[in-house]
Amino acid sequence: MWDYSEKVKDHFFNPRNVGEVENADAVGEVGSLACGDALKLTLKLDTSGRIAEAKFKTFGCGSAIASASALTEMIKGKSLDEASRITDNDIASYLGGLPEQKMHCSVMGREALEAAVANYRGTKIEKPVDEGTIVCKCFGVTDNKIAHEVREHKLTTIEQVTNYCKAGGGCQSCHPQIQAIIDEVWQKEKEKAMIETARKPLKKLTNIQKIKLTQETIERVIRPTLQSDGGDIELVDVDGDRVMVSFRGSCAACPSSKVTLKSTVEAKLRELVTDSLIVEEIAS
Amino acid sequence: MKNVYADNNATTKVAPEVVEVMLPYFTEYYGNPSSMHTFGGQVAKKIDYARQQVADLVGADPSEIIFTSCGTESDNAAIWGILRANPRKKHIVTTRVEHPAIHNLCNYLAQNGYHVTELGVDSQGMLNLNELADVIREDTAVVSIMHANNETGVIFPIEEIGNIVKQKGSILHTDAVQAVGKIPINLSKSTIDLLTLSGHKLHAPKGVGALYIRKGITFSPFIIGGHQEHNRRGGTENAPSIIGLGKACDLAKKYMAEEISQVKRLRDKLETEVLKRAPDARVNGHKEYRLPNTTNLSFEFVEGEAILLLLNEKGVCASSGSACTSGSLEPSHVLRAMGVPFTAVHGSVRLSLCRYNTMEEVDYIIEHLPPIIRRLREISPYGREPAAKEAPRISARA
Repeated sequence: MWDYSEKVKDHFFNPRNVGEVENADAVGEVGSLACGDALKLTLKLDTSGRIAEAKFKTFGCGSAIASASALTEMIKGKSLDEASRITDNDIASYLGGLPEQKMHCSVMGREALEAAVANYRGTKIEKPVDEGTIVCKCFGVTDNKIAHEVREHKLTTIEQVTNYCKAGGGCQSCHPQIQAIIDEVWQKEKEKAMIETARKPLKKLTNIQKIKLTQETIERVIRPTLQSDGGDIELVDVDGDRVMVSFRGSCAACPSSKVTLKSTVEAKLRELVTDSLIVEEIAS
Repeated sequence: MKNVYADNNATTKVAPEVVEVMLPYFTEYYGNPSSMHTFGGQVAKKIDYARQQVADLVGADPSEIIFTSCGTESDNAAIWGILRANPRKKHIVTTRVEHPAIHNLCNYLAQNGYHVTELGVDSQGMLNLNELADVIREDTAVVSIMHANNETGVIFPIEEIGNIVKQKGSILHTDAVQAVGKIPINLSKSTIDLLTLSGHKLHAPKGVGALYIRKGITFSPFIIGGHQEHNRRGGTENAPSIIGLGKACDLAKKYMAEEISQVKRLRDKLETEVLKRAPDARVNGHKEYRLPNTTNLSFEFVEGEAILLLLNEKGVCASSGSACTSGSLEPSHVLRAMGVPFTAVHGSVRLSLCRYNTMEEVDYIIEHLPPIIRRLREISPYGREPAAKEAPRISARA
């Protein structure tokens, strides 16, 4: 059964602004026949640079047609800058919501708009969203695009990624890669958050703060990295700026553990705690 | 709103005669068929009668029929039943176009210690039988190949397949859920060892199916429990539905001739007239070796879900192999196995009829489907414009 809002149905059964604007000032095209949906957006601007006319042509399911119809209504009368601020969530809300697995339809609307604006300005799309390596071969989705959607919509599962950009919805052989991208994005975000909290007390850390932050950094940032390679680390003691650690697992026997000590452990701790730290390995 | 039901491969209307025979077994005769008393025993007798009716439709002996809860259970019981009875054999042969009941079960088995060989099909949806002979091994426990395809209606030459399987010394199971009741089947002169059928595809209710197991086949029960079904399927019998299935089989036998002549006439008219009125369309599947009730059409430049929505608005029930209707984003595995171009898979629509459909209903679909395709092509950036002006092409952006 279709789980479409009344507004989606209205825009599907009575699509607004179907067609192509003659002598368009801006044209945005996304998708392809093979992908199962495609959208061509054409715009005409008035003398003040506002969108006077917007038309669309869509190949796709009910919600793809409704999303495109809604988009043309939303951007009319707006300047390109104002229109550019419309997000896929805005399109979905305008329609009274879209079913989760149809969110990629609103994403297609936003992308067509981005492409049209870039086409008008004669620039490439600012964010290299579509550059990168293809991960999902079925729908031609790149790693950068997946990472972008993960960050933008705070996605945490493969299924959500599929809903938003279709990646992983075909043969499913790319699922491990998508999971890796999700993990990487959130690992980086976590580190970023750590840096932000760490940066707040720019004043000198008290000993207690230093020890606590060192502990947290090792626990939440360094250990997961090492563990993913079968290694591990333990914080033994902190004495002034001297941080004493001991390697475990594969790190303990690893000939390059000295490099890891300096390049990973010390670098991270200096970055996130304080840059005067010196990390030493002690025998366990 | 008019309701034209053209989705009979999904499920069918329960025949009024079937409902009629079932009702007393809810209200009056509710005894347990396993009980010693006459009150329960009379239900057991009626179940035996239903078993005879099912056996008669497919030319089997009643002792070769066990009742199950659905087609999927019959499929699972067949495959597991053979695998458990032959624990040393670890190989299964099947096809790429099976119903998910077999397809996903085989995927599961492939991940759990079994070897699965999937046979491909050609652009007409047909198998290469030479290939079948080559892939059957000494340790092939079972060959599971559907009789007729649910999406395209393509019929496999199941007896020829059975001969090859016999020569190679393996066992043949066939999922005949779409075939039983639509085309004649005679298991008394057959090479089929196990056969799955489902009630709700032949005007019996949902929640009942049957599995035919040829006499002499070693079979280990799938659902372990009581002694029901001669120790081959535990669980108290779904008496009203089983009795309904019996009646439905009786009716199917009676209407078989009509099914293959009258229903086929409706289907053929529907197909021919729609193709005449909608350009850039094609039939998916072999036109001759096909169920009399099914047509699977692909319309270029439009998407199946949108077609279904507009058909729904006109009261017409149909299905599509389009990605957007599949629950996942993956378009029909059957059409893709046939090498149908992606563009045509996205715009595919399945119409499946039955003996309750009328010429008037078929005319109604012929009247409303082509304008729907035209309307969507006007919205589509790839659609041909009426003035035959070359439509602008959009290049794929990765």
